[in-house]
Amino acid sequence: MKFKRTAKPRLSELPIAAIIPEPGNSKHYSTGDWRSLRPVIDREKCTRCGLCWIYCPDTAIIKAEEGRRYYVDLNYCKGCGICAEECPVKAITMVMEEEP
Amino acid sequence: MKRVGMECATAVAHAVKLARVDVIAAYPITPQTHIAEQLSEYVANGELDAEYINTESEHSALSACIGASATGARVFTATCGQGLALMHELLPIAAGWRLPIVMVNTNRSLSPNLNIWGDQSDSMASRDCGWIQFFAENAQELFDLVMMGFRIAEDERVLLPIMVNAKGFYCTHVIEPLNVLDQEEVDKFLPPKKIPEYALNPDKPTTWGSVAFPDIQTEIKKQWDDALRSSINVIREVFSEYSSLFNRNYDIVETYRMDDAEIGLILTGYACGTCRVAVDALREEGEKVGMIKLRVFRPFPFDEVIDASSNLKALAVFDEAVSFGGAGGPLFSEVRSALYNSEGKPQVLGFIQGIGGRDITTDDFIRAYRETKSVLLGEKTVERDFRFLQVRE
Repeated sequence: MKFKRTAKPRLSELPIAAIIPEPGNSKHYSTGDWRSLRPVIDREKCTRCGLCWIYCPDTAIIKAEEGRRYYVDLNYCKGCGICAEECPVKAITMVMEEEP
Repeated sequence: MKRVGMECATAVAHAVKLARVDVIAAYPITPQTHIAEQLSEYVANGELDAEYINTESEHSALSACIGASATGARVFTATCGQGLALMHELLPIAAGWRLPIVMVNTNRSLSPNLNIWGDQSDSMASRDCGWIQFFAENAQELFDLVMMGFRIAEDERVLLPIMVNAKGFYCTHVIEPLNVLDQEEVDKFLPPKKIPEYALNPDKPTTWGSVAFPDIQTEIKKQWDDALRSSINVIREVFSEYSSLFNRNYDIVETYRMDDAEIGLILTGYACGTCRVAVDALREEGEKVGMIKLRVFRPFPFDEVIDASSNLKALAVFDEAVSFGGAGGPLFSEVRSALYNSEGKPQVLGFIQGIGGRDITTDDFIRAYRETKSVLLGEKTVERDFRFLQVRE
């Protein structure tokens, strides 16, 4: 039995009982396409406190440059808005995905 | 092989012991109790080297079986009636996860009212849970189907759980003569269980039953249905191998005096013995009648049923369960549906009998035969093509 995992496997590619044979594969799931609202960080207002990074349930806030910069990994952000809710200086706004 | 006298339930326990199971998890319920009791005794006195897990309910019993089977162990359980109903949530999990658990279900009428006796309302309510389902007629068949059950379930082309049904009391508490295999014969027929590549193993982690979105659930169900449907080939193969090895005669569908029959009687399980006597009595009178016995109910043996019914003018189907508000009993609706598109299909009538342990007599079969014949000849019309046979109106 050969296991092969693709995002949308055909019947012939599906492992028996739809078992997921390789551990640590959740990063292959791009949950970003669930999102209807996108967090936008205002770099002027942001104090680099890191609360959004702590609260994000999907670890989709990325801490970069040793905490001097935070950004959103849109491949995984589901748009829940917890970061915007928790930001003490209201530096994060949720905008509709259709808007530029 | 040796000839012995054994209670049907003991024959099951004996087969399970010879199959060298690794884990048994069961909860006692009449009329299954003797099976669980006997097996726990074997484990307690050292005759069987297995884990016997006493659980607090049937739900837990099947859960334990699922866990054990997922690690690659050979697993057995037994239940019936409300016990099977309590397992219901787990039944599709065992099958969808492709775990080759063997279960004996000693058919018992579902409540209400409280009735410990036999009918098929329990297993028929579990019909669509994706298990292979067999029906045994007697102790010999029960012993053999359990033994073959492990081989079939564990075959890499199958990997599905098997429910071996046998009517409560009639096929659990009766002492019958049967030929039991020796350990050496069993070991040759049923080698130690292979641990599948994907079995639960801390050194090689796998994820089971993860969330499946709408974009994958269809493929999951289709894979399972394909597996159940194609298992019929392995069932046929193993029945035939076992028959030649141990001098038995097992087919998916068995026919009795069907050669020139115009009316057939089709049924499952223990009542086939009584039905054969009824067929003999009717043959004495010159009636062209025969019997079709269905040994395998899931996967439904379409080809065999169509083949066996091909020269018939009428077919009477006997159910031991009610599909409330539906098209007769479950077996009736399945058989009629299987024949619907076949050329020159017989007229199909359904009879529900043997509910909650009510005896099925040769007279019941003879009455049903005569009614079928008079409907066929146009002497009688029926309001519905299925009815209860034994109701005091």
